[in-house]
Amino acid sequence: MSVESVADFRARAREFIRDNLKPINPDSQFGTLRNDRTEQEELAFVARDREVQRMLFDAKLAGVCFPKEYGGLGLTPAHQAALNEELFGFEYPQRIQAPTIAPCASVLLDFGTEEQKQRHIPAILRGEEIWMQLLSEPSSGSDVASALTSAVREGDDWILNGSKIWTTGAWWSDWGLCLARTNWDVPKHRGLTVFMFPLKQEGVAVHRIEMLNGSKEFCQEFLTDVRVPDTDRVGEVDGGWTVGTRWMYHERMLFSSPLVTTPKGNLNGAAGSGALVAVARELGRDADPIAHELVGRARTLELTKQHLSSRIAESMASGRLNDQAAAIGRLFNGYTGQRIFTLEFDLAGAHGAAWGDNDGASRVAGEDFLMRQAASIGGGTLEMARNVISERVLGMPREKSIDKDVPFRDVPRGATSQR
Amino acid sequence: MPVATIRGLRDEPAGYPDDYWTQAAGLGWTALLVSDEHGGGSLSGAPLTDLSLIAYEIGLRAAPGPFVPVNVVAETLSAEGSGSQLELLDQLIHGTATAAWAYQEPAPHDALGSIETTIRIEGDSLVIDGVKRPVENAAHATYLLVTGRAGSGLAQVLVPAGAEGMTIEELTSADLTRRFASVRFDGVRVPLDAAVGDLGTADERVTRQLQVALAMHAAETVGAIHRAFELTLGWTADRYSFGRPIGSYQEIKHRMADQVTWREAAHAITDAAIVALDAGAPDATELIHAASAFLGEYGGELLQDCVQIHGGIGVTFEHDLHLFLRRVTVNRATYGTPSEHYRKLGSLATSAGSAA
Repeated sequence: MSVESVADFRARAREFIRDNLKPINPDSQFGTLRNDRTEQEELAFVARDREVQRMLFDAKLAGVCFPKEYGGLGLTPAHQAALNEELFGFEYPQRIQAPTIAPCASVLLDFGTEEQKQRHIPAILRGEEIWMQLLSEPSSGSDVASALTSAVREGDDWILNGSKIWTTGAWWSDWGLCLARTNWDVPKHRGLTVFMFPLKQEGVAVHRIEMLNGSKEFCQEFLTDVRVPDTDRVGEVDGGWTVGTRWMYHERMLFSSPLVTTPKGNLNGAAGSGALVAVARELGRDADPIAHELVGRARTLELTKQHLSSRIAESMASGRLNDQAAAIGRLFNGYTGQRIFTLEFDLAGAHGAAWGDNDGASRVAGEDFLMRQAASIGGGTLEMARNVISERVLGMPREKSIDKDVPFRDVPRGATSQR
Repeated sequence: MPVATIRGLRDEPAGYPDDYWTQAAGLGWTALLVSDEHGGGSLSGAPLTDLSLIAYEIGLRAAPGPFVPVNVVAETLSAEGSGSQLELLDQLIHGTATAAWAYQEPAPHDALGSIETTIRIEGDSLVIDGVKRPVENAAHATYLLVTGRAGSGLAQVLVPAGAEGMTIEELTSADLTRRFASVRFDGVRVPLDAAVGDLGTADERVTRQLQVALAMHAAETVGAIHRAFELTLGWTADRYSFGRPIGSYQEIKHRMADQVTWREAAHAITDAAIVALDAGAPDATELIHAASAFLGEYGGELLQDCVQIHGGIGVTFEHDLHLFLRRVTVNRATYGTPSEHYRKLGSLATSAGSAA
């Protein structure tokens, strides 16, 4: 059977997209960082994302690089790239890409049983299941392997207790992929196991966290005696760190993953120079050389970020850099986000400090600045990225760890995480 | 050329030994932007990309030579030159002559693109008045390509070394081997056929020359960054403090992580700009100014951070690091400053039809 050429695939994708999807401003899909929509509006976006995912699936444009036996197309990253290029300027099912496709579905592909993959991957590709990653905990952010959520075996089931945090949109999601501790008497990396379970069930309380700008898309879950059948375990018992390592790799790949559908050139919630141009125009500073310098600085970082991302992907593919080099992209994205939001705020001046209901682009500059560090924290802090780059890309000496060879039970914990 | 040799060239008048440049020309350093019919050519069809590989290697070694002005002038002569100008082109290709491009002017006319020098017709002569600074290789060039204003547009003329009314004052350069001068033109007269292209219509050509110069400086800076980074990473392993290599301290590790990130970013934006220039892509102008701005600002900071991590030895003449710091520093300030490149980009973005 012949494989559809990239050119044919592109032509088919273009026709479908132009006939069926709504054109949108590519910068408007701002993710979770801005407080710019009501609960009803957010739910409507979620419903539309599911609908668009289904339309793409029915048009044979979803799951491009997923194997055919799980509802995918079994095509190549080049096909996915063509689809991504054609999607620029159009709506796309953003909420189903991250974290549902990467990392969750990607982890299932790597470690799921045949039955698990058959049950969930086609459903994900049809837009029927939106997944969350239950990874961070209130007491462990960067140090995810120190998870305190426990899973205790009871017959054919496991009973989970604990709390997970920083799940984007868990209040409208369906399934969770969860890292839990199954053995407290071995060192921390050797006592973890991964499970999956539906979020809408008794025992899972989802609390929406209000961010400093009023956004409530980040959630915390409280798990109380959540019963999970052993058939919903992903990977080996106490083998959770093997899964977790790949999990975090897929998390770092996120929108760069070949499994993910995302319009090429979209900001996906990141800071961009477009916001500065809009502010300059709104404030009548579009001919001011000082404004030009601020806009130009943002534009330089934005362009550099785009081309760095391509270079890192090519370097990992060719083997010039190992796959830990994804952390270089992560560090630069975080850094540019900080700089661009500061430039945006400087450009807005006092309009970013106090604004009226009728203000447009300049009214978000202040809140963008207040939330500036969020993108340098979520998805792995820049400090962790710097550790990964220095130790695993450059081969510099590893940090000494005191929790490696002792039972997890005996590892010192801070006052906030005693149990 | 070994780095140790380069340190010894600081008192060499041209910045390199006699036979060095003819050997460089023999290796093809001067022919890649020249058309096939004029004895040049690039096999790949991407001449700037090819030339940038040489520029990168020059940067890796802080190598001397009038690489940028010779290539800029050679390309222009190949595209627009006629008659005896093509003889000069042949000499440039073979390294038996070198050229300078007299483009930038001294303050307060030193803004990027500001040209006050005039070129006017008087009888059967062209008369040049103005001051150019800094002009790389001016005191050692066989000919200077002078960019000036002729009416409402730009014009370019070739002026031979030693022309009457031309005064060359050599400057001390921040680079060890790269030579610059200030050149004054007091009613310098050259024949009409010294004009390269038509008078008053050279604006596009001058923009191209600027972009080529920026692209080669960018590639060279990327090379210098790679070498400085390599020296510094090696130093963090070799240098011990308090009983352990300084590279085992998280502060130093994080700084090296930042450095390699900036290095990769610098390389990425530079390659993108050069590929876009070779392809004549619509975003080439934006990309080359972005690359120049990024390299100027972040390349400069990166080199200074390398010095800081080296400690005292990093600011000695004996250590190699300053050779690369010098190259990056000079490239940062010639053909536009980071601030000027930023303003150019901002101006392009705010005047575009839609938000960039």
